[in-house]
Amino acid sequence: MAMEMRLPVARKPLSERLGRDTKKHLVVPGDTITTDTGFMRGHGTYMGEEKLIASVAGSVERVNKLICVKALKTRYIGEVGDIVVGRITEVQQKRWKVETNSRLDSVLLLSSMNLPGGELRRRSAEDELAMRGFLQEGDLISVQAVFSDGAVSLHTRSLKYGKLGQGVLVQVSPSLVKRQKTHFHDLPCGASVILGNNGFIWIYPTPEHKEEEAGGFIANLEPVSLADREVISRLRNCIISLVTQRMMLYDTSILYCYEASLPHQIKDILKPEIMEEIVMETRQRLLEQEG
Amino acid sequence: MASVTLSEAEKVYIVHGVQEDLRVDGRGCEDYRCVEVETDVVSNTSGSARVKLGHTDILVGVKAEMGTPKLEKPNEGYLEFFVDCSASATPEFEGRGGDDLGTEIANTLYRIFNNKSSVDLKTLCISPREHCWVLYVDVLLLECGGNLFDAISIAVKAALFNTRIPRVRVLEDEEGSKDIELSDDPYDCIRLSVENVPCIVTLCKTGKRVGKVLHASLQSVVHKEESLGPKRQKVGFLG
Repeated sequence: MAMEMRLPVARKPLSERLGRDTKKHLVVPGDTITTDTGFMRGHGTYMGEEKLIASVAGSVERVNKLICVKALKTRYIGEVGDIVVGRITEVQQKRWKVETNSRLDSVLLLSSMNLPGGELRRRSAEDELAMRGFLQEGDLISVQAVFSDGAVSLHTRSLKYGKLGQGVLVQVSPSLVKRQKTHFHDLPCGASVILGNNGFIWIYPTPEHKEEEAGGFIANLEPVSLADREVISRLRNCIISLVTQRMMLYDTSILYCYEASLPHQIKDILKPEIMEEIVMETRQRLLEQEG
Repeated sequence: MASVTLSEAEKVYIVHGVQEDLRVDGRGCEDYRCVEVETDVVSNTSGSARVKLGHTDILVGVKAEMGTPKLEKPNEGYLEFFVDCSASATPEFEGRGGDDLGTEIANTLYRIFNNKSSVDLKTLCISPREHCWVLYVDVLLLECGGNLFDAISIAVKAALFNTRIPRVRVLEDEEGSKDIELSDDPYDCIRLSVENVPCIVTLCKTGKRVGKVLHASLQSVVHKEESLGPKRQKVGFLG
C-alpha cells in the first residue's frame, strides 16, 4: 500500500497555457462595461450613473445592440428542451421533487412520467400510491426540461428517458456543457455518456439490447465486466481533468481526451502533471481538427 | 460526516467495483489519493503543517507553552489536542454541528499519544515537578473531502516534526529560587523526534471486501462509499 506525498506547487495561470488569440472580455461585479448609452441592457448588467455596470462575474457577450454578461459559475438555468439528469429528493402527492443543480428544486409530475411498459392511460389513485415503487429518493433519472415560473418542470415523454441503472455520475459546472443536437452519446471506446445540460454527466456501460427501451424500470443489477469498468473510470477521470482545465465538454473532446490518456494508468490521470499533459494534447487535436 | 443519497443501481455498481479491486476513479482498494504536505505555514506558531488529501484540507498549528507537569508524570511534558470543525468545511458543521466529530477526533488523538513510544515526553521536561513544556496542538478542518483521520494524523505528525521549542536553562541562586533563562539565539531550539508517531489508516468494509476508505471527491463517489460501509475500522501504524 504505497502513498504518494508531494510538496505543493504554485499553479500556473490558465491564460499562459491557453495562448488564445481572441481574449474574452472578463468582468467582475461592479466593473464598467461601457459608457456608451446606445446599448440595450441584457442579463447580468445594470445601469448606474450613466454607465453600464456588470452585476455578475463572467464574460461580456455583444449581439448587435444588446450587451449581456454570461456568468462563469452559476446554477443551472433551465431552457425548454434541455436534457437533464436529476436525482429524486422527495416523493410528494402526484409529483416528485428532483435535484438538478438549479436555484429551485425541479418538479416531475406523475402525469409526465412514463408508466412501465410504455402504456398510455389516465393516472389513477393506485398509481399515486405506487409512486414510491417507481422512483425513490436517491434515484437518478434523465428527463427533458420544460421551463416555467422559475422552477423547472420535467417530463419523460419518450421511452428514451427515465430511470438510470448502473453507472457513474460526475457533477460539473453547467456552463461547461456544450449545447448540441443530441446529448446521448455512445462512445466507440465501449461506454455511453449522457451530458445533462445541468452539469450532471452520467457514464454507463453500453447496453447490448437496444430494443428493450422500457424507460429503465427493469433495473439491471448484474455485475458490470471489468473491461467496461475500466473504460468508465477512465472516462470519469478524463472528464474531471477537462473540467479542471475549463474546457468545454462534448463528445469529441471527451473522446480525444480518452485517447490521449490511454498510455497512462487510470489512477494516474488525476495527478496534476499528467492532467495538464493530457488536456494539452486534447486541445492540440481539437485545434487541428477545426483548422 | 456528509452522507450522499444514492440509487440502488449505483450502490450495486460501487460494491461490485470494490470486489473487483477497481474503484470508480480507477484506484485499487488500497490506493490513496495524492497527498500534498506543506510545513511552516503559520508564522506565529512553534510549528505548523497543512495537508491536502484530495479535497480534504487540514491545517495544524502547534504552540509550545510552559506549564506544570501532571502529578502522576512529574518528569514529562504533555500534549493537548483541540480539533475545530469549521463551518466552511461542510454545511453540516454549522453552529454546533461539528462539535461531536471534533471531540471524537480529539479523543482518538489523545489515545494515540497516550503511550510511551509515540513521542518522547521526557524531552519536554524543564525541571521535574515544577516546569515542563505543554504542546497545544490545534487542528483546523478547512475542507471536508473524506478520510479525515488519515489526513489529520499525517498533518499532526508533520506539524510536530516542524515544531521548534526554545532551549531554556534553569538557574538556581543561593536562596534557592529558580530562574528560567531563554537562550539569546532564536535558532537554538529543541526538535522532537517524530519517527514513532503513528499514522492512522482507515479501512472500510464494503460488501465482502475490506479496503481503504474510498474518497474521490466531495460530491460524487466519496461519501457514497463511506455511507455504504457501516463500520470504520481504524488501525494505527507506528513509523
